[in-house]
Amino acid sequence: MEKDIKLSEIFLTFFKINAVTFGGGYTIVPVIRDEFMKKRGLIDEEEMLSLVALAQSGPGAMAISTSLLTGYRLRGWKGALTALLASVLPCLIIISIIFYFYEAFSTNFWVKSALMGMGGVISAVLIITVFDMGKAVLKKHNYFSLLLMTAAFVASYFFKVHTIIIIVVLALTGLFTFSVLSEGKVK
Amino acid sequence: MVLLELFWVFVQIGAFAFGGGYAVLPLIQRFVVEERGWLSIKEMTDLVSISQMTPGPIAINSATFVGTKVAGIPGAIVATLGNVTPQFILMMTLAYFIFRDKKIGFLDKMLKGLKPGIVGLIAIAAISMFKNSLFEGGIISVANLSVVALATFITGFALRLITRFDLIVLIILGAVMGIIGNLLLVGFP
Repeated sequence: MEKDIKLSEIFLTFFKINAVTFGGGYTIVPVIRDEFMKKRGLIDEEEMLSLVALAQSGPGAMAISTSLLTGYRLRGWKGALTALLASVLPCLIIISIIFYFYEAFSTNFWVKSALMGMGGVISAVLIITVFDMGKAVLKKHNYFSLLLMTAAFVASYFFKVHTIIIIVVLALTGLFTFSVLSEGKVK
Repeated sequence: MVLLELFWVFVQIGAFAFGGGYAVLPLIQRFVVEERGWLSIKEMTDLVSISQMTPGPIAINSATFVGTKVAGIPGAIVATLGNVTPQFILMMTLAYFIFRDKKIGFLDKMLKGLKPGIVGLIAIAAISMFKNSLFEGGIISVANLSVVALATFITGFALRLITRFDLIVLIILGAVMGIIGNLLLVGFP
């Protein structure tokens, strides 16, 4: 069931995609669809949907999971490894270069002033994102979601419970609740 | 042995960063800022700003940035590979089963518990970044307030809320305002 595509072509395509796709997340899905579904016809719509769904349910950056699963679908584990390495390489190159500039110039007046202004903007954006995400999760099972959201906040902010413990408890709560009760019963 | 520690820290961050994008921030704050002091909250905020203006996911950018800071280019490679290892293993395992038409319901149920909780955790990262961007040393008082950062915060908040302004344009605007503001307040360097 391996598709007719060279590993080098998988590498170059994913390198290119990840070098020009800003922001990660969903932004990469239409680009991958274009390259492998529309242009090359190697993956069909249904396969694409199932691998995006799978990428969303795992940990880590979704763009990376989508890339490596596409690679897997094309050429098995070799394809997956190729796609994975090609996807992280642009970040590795760009961010390590930026880091050295940052280290050298972050106390420079101009850079410091720009970063100060950017810090204000990014905090505002993050606060709005939290509200948007909150609204989105509260649409379904609003009592259950509100309880977990508040509990996680309180446990971490006031009681300094370790983030990993909180995440494990959240996952187990979801697993237990939705295994015992049916979807419609959880308020 | 710092390379081994970098790898292990980012394996843990990669394994527990559920919920996409900003979900990595509470983990970076805990492991990298609070427990190891590899970054300050200020640097974490700068990292998020930089991440929005460069290609690639925040998780990968963070791993590369922290890795470079702690141990140079080898550190960057080790941290980045550590970060993607858990998702690679998990995705390969699940793909093996799913592409054989077996449903994986347990992950979906776990996510229903994870998603709302993660929002609560990201809120804490947002509060820390807000405090440290607007107040010198993150201590809330009138004397520590940065007028320039307050101005860009309000501008960013209003523009993003009302018009859903493009993120990159907004960050560049913040940078320009930061420079002009400091020129006016501090004068030409």
